[in-house]
Amino acid sequence: MKVRVHVSLKNGVLDPQGRAIHHALEGMGFAGINDVRAGRLIELDVADDVTDAALDDMCRKLLANQVIENYRIEKVA
Amino acid sequence: MSFTAAVITFPGSNCDRDMAVAIETITGGTVHRVWHGDATLPGGLDFIALPGGFSYGDYLRSGAMAARSPIMQAVIEQAARGVAVLGVCNGFQVLTEAGLLPGALLRNAGQRFVCRDVVLTVATSQSLFTSGYFKDQRITVPVAHHDGNYYADAATLDRLEGEDRVAFRYAEPVNGSQRQIAGVLNTAGNVLGMMPHPERMIEAAHGGSDGRVVFESVLRAVGVAA
Repeated sequence: MKVRVHVSLKNGVLDPQGRAIHHALEGMGFAGINDVRAGRLIELDVADDVTDAALDDMCRKLLANQVIENYRIEKVA
Repeated sequence: MSFTAAVITFPGSNCDRDMAVAIETITGGTVHRVWHGDATLPGGLDFIALPGGFSYGDYLRSGAMAARSPIMQAVIEQAARGVAVLGVCNGFQVLTEAGLLPGALLRNAGQRFVCRDVVLTVATSQSLFTSGYFKDQRITVPVAHHDGNYYADAATLDRLEGEDRVAFRYAEPVNGSQRQIAGVLNTAGNVLGMMPHPERMIEAAHGGSDGRVVFESVLRAVGVAA
């Protein structure tokens, strides 16, 4: 089973990387960009019997830091 | 009984030797060097230090992988028993990731690695790590980090301040830290995490010795003969 874990910074947490990307895009001449937030995509290939609860546990215990990040689990196939 | 300490080395730690030398020099005690893959710590420890560096290449998040390494379970147990635990720089990041301290260390607001001496103010002298300073004392200690921007939600910050758990603040903007926080204590006061490096400011050749007081304070609090 292929699983994607999307990790993003919580609202209100400063994202210097997103800000740098924002400035770079504007420097390249792209207009109309209101905001840029950079996150992280983690792709897992797991056995079919790995439960949703186990996936959630992986996110809470390692893949995301819930002090600053949100996560979303997407089963791809 | 003499002062006994452990310095943990993670893959990518690079201040572990400096930390061990500082502890040995200042306390005259015994320092055990412990590898992250070990499951147990030496017995009879008075002090555990998590050094600076780039454990696991800062993969995923700074300190995230190291916080889950085998030795950390033993560190968490010793911390719960009241042993003094100091995390400096990457060690601070590891302590937050391990849940021993609140908050998180984000990328510096200015996006740049900051490596220079900074002036700190001692926010409390009522801790076993800072009792040798006086409150509001200004000290100079170097920083060297990319992810030192302390973040916690407003309620947590209020609680830290209300419980006198901010140990040090930057006297000037350095990395975007909330409320200029440079170091925080746990609830019991026996765990301190700080981004500045006291172990790099312990003798005249370093440009000053303001960092010595952290180790002298721990030694005095532990109450063993040097």
